[in-house]
Amino acid sequence: MLFELREVGLDRGGRAVLDSFSAAIPEGATAIVGPSGVGKSTLLRLLNRLADPDRGEIFYRGRPLAEYEPLALRREVSLVPQLPALLEGTVESNLRYAAELAGEELDVEETLARAGLDPSFAGRDVAKLSVGEQQRAMLARALAQRPAVLLLDEPTSALDHVARDAVEATLARLRRESDLSLVLVSHDPEQARRLGDRVVEMPA
Amino acid sequence: MSTTSIHVELWQVAASLVLVALAAAISRWQRADLERDILVATGRSIVQLTLVGYAIKLIFEADTIWLVLALLAVMVFFGAVTARHRADKVPDSFGPLLIALALAGASTLGLVVALGIFDPTPRYLVPVGGMVIGNAMTASAVALNRLGDEMADARARIEATLALGATAREAAAPIVRRALRSGMITLVDSTKTTGLIFFPGTMVGMLLAGASPTDAVRLQLILLYTLLGSVSISALVATLLAYRHFFTPAAQLREL
Repeated sequence: MLFELREVGLDRGGRAVLDSFSAAIPEGATAIVGPSGVGKSTLLRLLNRLADPDRGEIFYRGRPLAEYEPLALRREVSLVPQLPALLEGTVESNLRYAAELAGEELDVEETLARAGLDPSFAGRDVAKLSVGEQQRAMLARALAQRPAVLLLDEPTSALDHVARDAVEATLARLRRESDLSLVLVSHDPEQARRLGDRVVEMPA
Repeated sequence: MSTTSIHVELWQVAASLVLVALAAAISRWQRADLERDILVATGRSIVQLTLVGYAIKLIFEADTIWLVLALLAVMVFFGAVTARHRADKVPDSFGPLLIALALAGASTLGLVVALGIFDPTPRYLVPVGGMVIGNAMTASAVALNRLGDEMADARARIEATLALGATAREAAAPIVRRALRSGMITLVDSTKTTGLIFFPGTMVGMLLAGASPTDAVRLQLILLYTLLGSVSISALVATLLAYRHFFTPAAQLREL
């Protein structure tokens, strides 16, 4: 089992944003669906220890998540947040930053191609990219670390239909061509079925 | 350095209040609504400076280093209390500010004494210490104010960088750099234009007191460079200690 969550709860500002949530997430592609405000983004942040639960336990590959060193875990279980947040500079400098943190060799062209970007993006200033392009640059940056698991938070929420279909095709291809596991959060049940081998529903 | 003395009569001070009255009159005439503030400011300046004057007189007469150190410690404490208000978006900013001011004051004063620039006597340590700590306070307050604003604005980017496995230090580095810069830049800029756009206070005071322009300029240069040192140290120490307060030991952003 990739992840196992037992009665997990998290409070923010005196309110439970996640309460007694249990789920098993195997290797492969798992889509998590549920209405907005149900704690889907919070759940992803718990899986790479950007936050720790107030209650319950989370296991990663059978071992308590709390036992993993957070920095090393985050390079292995990589989160692509809902809103793009690249560092100032070019797409390539962002990829390089990520690869160096993970101690990985970087093939810029190959990494861009895996995220569905052509090589001309390497030298582009991130401030001049569209939101959809930034989203893909974020995906490329995560892939530059050669993670074992990708956590994707609403990967297409800011995109139009054409861009959405392109990102979905990219994710499907990533699945086929590598043994990368995906955990993706979506408010759209259709997308969850298209991209996930399994769908986990979060109750409202 | 030549010692000069000048005697100021009370009636001269009283006469200068005419200009305060002029300021109040302008405010009233143009409805700037500052008359009350001008009155309060004038009253406070008389009371505060008179009290400080007596305190300094006592310290000069006692001529012991311990009283000087006690006065500097009080300045550091109240400097940190004051700066904390400007740094209200930084959690628990008092500790970093206190350490920053204490280190800036101790190291710069220690250095100018060790280099033989000033004698370790109350006559030098009190006024120079006051300027050093005052400027260090402003610089660290500006730096932490900027740090707090930027950390609030850049939460998404910082968390995205943490998500790559960066340390808190690495994720906050661009912001720490800009905060440090904003704490230092005012003094750097005013040092560039000194003498052209304004005459700094020490030089004005020495000229009024009858010192030679050469002495006035040399002392002013020493003080400007001393202040540059203290401002850099305080802004650096305050930002390096304070940015940590935004993170947990597991390199997570704290909820604020």
